This record gives sequence, structure tokens and C-alpha cells, in this order.
Amino acid sequence: MRSIWRTLDRGLARDIALVCLADGVVGLSYGAISVGGGLPLWVPILLSIVVFAGASQFLFVGIVAAGGSPIAAMVAGLLVNTRHIPFGLAVSDVIGRGWKRWPGSHVMTDENVAFAMGQDELERQRAAYWAGGIGIFVCWNIGVVIGGLAGSVITDTDVFGLDAAFPAVLMALVLPSLRDRRTRTAALVGVVIALVATPFLPAGLPVLLALLGLLCYRSDKPAVEEATR
Amino acid sequence: MTNTPLLLVGIGVLAVGTFSLRFAGPALRSRFEVPERIQQLLAVAAIVLLTALVATSALTDGHGPAGIARPAGVLVGGVLAWRKAPFVLVVVAAAATAAGLRLLGVP
Repeated sequence: MRSIWRTLDRGLARDIALVCLADGVVGLSYGAISVGGGLPLWVPILLSIVVFAGASQFLFVGIVAAGGSPIAAMVAGLLVNTRHIPFGLAVSDVIGRGWKRWPGSHVMTDENVAFAMGQDELERQRAAYWAGGIGIFVCWNIGVVIGGLAGSVITDTDVFGLDAAFPAVLMALVLPSLRDRRTRTAALVGVVIALVATPFLPAGLPVLLALLGLLCYRSDKPAVEEATR
Repeated sequence: MTNTPLLLVGIGVLAVGTFSLRFAGPALRSRFEVPERIQQLLAVAAIVLLTALVATSALTDGHGPAGIARPAGVLVGGVLAWRKAPFVLVVVAAAATAAGLRLLGVP
């Protein structure tokens, strides 16, 4: 673990800390919304520890608090989390081998995957992934407990604009990767597909469908060109 | 109000299922030697997914559009990120823009 902190430079460490803090605040609202919606405190807390995937947790408590079946909530949550399969394939080397795959997989989030993809050396990718994952896990869960205990005091973090902060965080993290023209084309085609599909498909599927944008990715350029860039 | 055993089953299956989805990638990759080109394609796949996530979470809410305040906030954050502004500024500006617009009554 110590090598992780040594590899992180101050700028990167500060960025990661900021995302952890923001996640903690969203966790606060999630805990408050759940308890405010009539669920016992242990439900949001248990979900945060064993599921640890924000979007699917919001969806789960939303459906159950509205009187929906926990089974329907579970199916919806799983659907939203299917994007973790391609994420796992992409960051497998970053997570490492052996026992590390277990905790490493559990702390996989959109944010730390994006942080890792934004670094160019494996060592730095590892440091960013692990520091981000562990930091977010800790902050998110602390936030959820505090929010749940605070009950219905803070139920709407939209007032603070946090719903806009999240896409902005991810955008800032992926922008450097989009400088590559071929990646950008694939991503833009994916965006169009996802947006067009959103009104018609259940949550989670449109984003997955964006992978069709990869069909527009040409990876057959000679390696020489990459090297001289 | 809620059936506790059923709730526990729902949470349990969601937890096991989500972990399996996350674990599938690393588990598969450790069994096969993956060619360089496929590895590159997987990295691009992650970027495509994240970009789509940015677009859908910025522009949509449920099955409909997300209003004006949120996309405007994300746009401000995005432009700042593009101009290589410090990360802190990107986050704060995006949130402040959306919050400010809402304060003015913009949805």
C-alpha cells in the first residue's frame, strides 16, 4: 500500500481527494433520501457496504420506497451495473493479480476507472485506481451513515448542483483520452446511440449500447504512427 | 412497511450479482493471454462507456431530458476542463452554475 502513496503526486492526490469528498456528500443525500422515504436505516447502509454502486443503490431504494418489489429493484440495479463487465476487462491489469482481485473488484466505480484510464503508466494507473477506490468506499459509507442518521434534513442535493458536478467530474477525467481522434469518433457515436436509446430502454442499457460505437474504431493504423506521435 | 426477508434477498442477490459483474473482467483476463490489439480496444471501450455515462447523466433524467440547469453546469465544467483549469475549479463551477440557475428558477 505504501508504494501507492509514493506514486501519487500531489496534484493527482488532491483530485482524488476532491472526488472522494464529493462522493461523500452524495452518499449523505442517498442516506437521507432512503430514511426520509420510510426505509429503516440498515437498508441504505447495508446496500452501501455490500453493493457499493451509487446509481444502482439510488434506483433500489427509490423503487422499494415507492412500494415496488425488492425483486424488481434488484433486477433494475443489476441492469445498471452491467457496465462493470467491460470496465473490469479494461482495468484488469490495473487491479493486479491474486487476492487483490477480490477487494480490487469490489471498489470498482466509474470514478476510479476513469482516474486510472487517465494515467499513462501502469504504476500510476494502479495508484490512482486503488487510492480512488478505497477513498471513495470510505467516504461514501461515512456519508451514507451520517445522511441516514440526519434523516430527512437533506433530501435534495440538486439544490447544491451536485447532480451537475458528477458528469463534470467524469468529463474532466475522460477528456484527455478523447484527444485521440479515433477514440473520440467511437465515443461520440456511442453517445448518440445512448441518448437516442434512453427514452425507450430501461436504465443502464443505453450506456451499454454505446459500446456499438466501437464498430467505428479503427485500430489498424501502423504502430509506427503511434510511436512518432 | 416492507417485507424484511424479501428485502434481504433483493439486497443479497444485488450484492452478489454486482460483485460477479465486477469480478468477471479480472477473472477472465487472468485465464487468457489477450492480444495487444484487443487490450487497446478494451481501453477504448472503457472510454466509450464513460463518455456515454457523462452524456446520459448530464442530459437525461430517467427516460426524459434533464432540464437546463444540470446540462448548463456540466457544460461550464466541461469547458473549464478543456481549457485545463484545475480540477477543483471544474467541479465547483459545474455545481455552482447548476445551483445558481436553480436559485433563479431555471429547472
